[in-house]
Amino acid sequence: MRFAFDDDQIDLRDAVRGLLADTCPPETVRTAWSNSTGRSDAAWGALADMGVVSMALPVDAGGLGLGALDWVLVLEETGRVALPEPVVETAVVGAPLLHALGCDVPAPPASIATLLDSGASLYADTAECLVVLDGDALRMVDPSTARLTAEVSVDRSRRLFAVEMAAGAGTVVATGPQARDAVAAARDRGALAAAAQLIGLAERMLATTVEYVSVRHQFGKPVGAQQALKHKLADVAVAIEFARPLVYRAAWSLDAGDPDSAVHVSMAKSQASDAAELAARHALQCHGAIGYSYECDLHLFMKRAWCLARSWGDARSHRDRVAAAVVDA
Amino acid sequence: MDLTFTPDEQAFRDEVRTWLSENAPSEPLPSGDTADGFALHLEWERKLFDARWSVVSWPREYGGREATLMEWLIFEEEYWLAGAPNRVTQNGIFLLAPTVFEFGTAEQQDRILPRMAAAEELWCQGWSEPDAGSDLAAIKSRAERDDDAGGWRIYGQKTWTTRGAFCDKLFGLFRTDPDAERHRGMTYLLVDLDAEGVTVRGVDRLDGDEGFAEVFFDGAFVPDADVLGGVNQGWSVAMSTTGSERGLTLRSPGRFMATAHRLVDLHRRCREEAAPDLRDAVARAWIQAEAYRWYTFATVTRMVDGHQPGAESSLNKIFWSELDVDMHRTALDLLGSGAELDEGAEGATDAGLWMKGYQFALSGPIYAGTNEIQRNIAAERVLGLPRK
Repeated sequence: MRFAFDDDQIDLRDAVRGLLADTCPPETVRTAWSNSTGRSDAAWGALADMGVVSMALPVDAGGLGLGALDWVLVLEETGRVALPEPVVETAVVGAPLLHALGCDVPAPPASIATLLDSGASLYADTAECLVVLDGDALRMVDPSTARLTAEVSVDRSRRLFAVEMAAGAGTVVATGPQARDAVAAARDRGALAAAAQLIGLAERMLATTVEYVSVRHQFGKPVGAQQALKHKLADVAVAIEFARPLVYRAAWSLDAGDPDSAVHVSMAKSQASDAAELAARHALQCHGAIGYSYECDLHLFMKRAWCLARSWGDARSHRDRVAAAVVDA
Repeated sequence: MDLTFTPDEQAFRDEVRTWLSENAPSEPLPSGDTADGFALHLEWERKLFDARWSVVSWPREYGGREATLMEWLIFEEEYWLAGAPNRVTQNGIFLLAPTVFEFGTAEQQDRILPRMAAAEELWCQGWSEPDAGSDLAAIKSRAERDDDAGGWRIYGQKTWTTRGAFCDKLFGLFRTDPDAERHRGMTYLLVDLDAEGVTVRGVDRLDGDEGFAEVFFDGAFVPDADVLGGVNQGWSVAMSTTGSERGLTLRSPGRFMATAHRLVDLHRRCREEAAPDLRDAVARAWIQAEAYRWYTFATVTRMVDGHQPGAESSLNKIFWSELDVDMHRTALDLLGSGAELDEGAEGATDAGLWMKGYQFALSGPIYAGTNEIQRNIAAERVLGLPRK
């Protein structure tokens, strides 16, 4: 038993953290709220150059051959900066899914959109490929042949689209049990990736709040010296610290092919969703009125957390999956 | 990262499991916090010791097996899953012993540890006083120098001393320099409760057991050989003990995984009538017990790599103590109106141990430094929020 990342995994995380600090500051997220694509200009290209976009593809397919334990820390970093990009859908869900089913996936893959999480597809308008489960057939569709209707997310950088397609559009990639199993595995990767992003987001909101309440003075002292705020923020730290190991453990289970890996993913996603929502709630309260303003960056992170907490399954539905395996057995 | 157990770890688990299945009492013992129950628990402790299971992580010369930290966690998982008795020796083996290993002289280690391991000498903790609880540095009990006799005379009162009425010895903090500032001038003393000038009075806890005691000192003598870690060094010595109390050693994940198992079993028996949200609460309890388990494996890995746990042990204590309350509260909700049936009631499910356990769980957020104090520590020393 050894529960720690190795040096290569930490080095990759640090490299991604450095790259995102340069290419995805809060201004980038804010710009993505109102630009035409909802995406960053520089960060996606830089991540592709580094190999992150193709990281989960095998080396002989031009990828980095990374497993969940390697990419889980990378996803945490993308959450920390609220990266406005389809990194979950492309790097972790779509590319390995298509590759595993024998499709030719370029490395780095162009961005991939899916209809595997909910009824709307994230960044479908800028994706070059749309992966859809249609009955028992998994199809690859060219988004330009589908009718896309823009939805409006509370997180304005999340460009969601309702998708209408002609019957039988695109190419069938897999059917039956093969499609079902591949999609189930892809959804687990999506849930784990979102959980990792939520850990990063929660840490970011906590760190930002600690910084703010340490300098904001009322009654002649920092508001962060008040016990009421300390206790809220300590609770956030507890929530994060006791969600994180479940995320890493689920990553290990996925890589190891543990028969219970889906349940482990659900444990991770339910705790990470709850932790990030608590972080958002307390971060806002501890900021006070400034946190309620549009100008303060906090809401960029808070709204992303609200969305991701319910993407790839919310806390309750994942607990339901744990209950089915553990409680009903 | 390798989240499998090594062949050695697995063999260790198998050995523990086999021994416990053949030796652990099949029915729960009466509470170890009553006189009769305490005697039965002592018998159990001696059985553990004879088979070298009482202090698995200690050196062999003191009765241990030199088990690794990971093996100790495995032992605890198996121990609690087997439903084995609460450890009436815990305040000695988990709280005092780490301090003796760190600060004790060779003579003290040889004298104290084997008898502790064998449950021949039972230790209780003398921290709290009537006017010093969360604010431990406010203690007033004092020790005065007696050069002729080569030691100290102690005066004052300790309180909330768990199992004090059944124990032989007390480890506690006493003021040895009245002029020093609050956190200085204290000395960690080992006190014989049978000594002249010591009076122990049992105090009933809210669950009705005589689990507490008040201890009065009126000139009792403590020889120099029973000063642990140097005169006036008591605060820093004591802090090493509170670290273990909050952190790794006192409440291992095995306890809470075992409770989660029992809660799932209770739900199975009650689910026909149980509200659907209780299924969700049971799943949450299971997930959180798992969270504590994996958190601890990560902590132990860091310790194996040479890092000592610091203030983050406060996060730990908040988490397990509140999880324990939540799990028992969920059990009471599953039992519905039957939850009130206490130990000994004919119709009580599981012999009334859920209500008993709930009452015990409620002490968790209070003992070992209240969770309010832990939140202050976490906020100031983990997050770096301003103290003032």
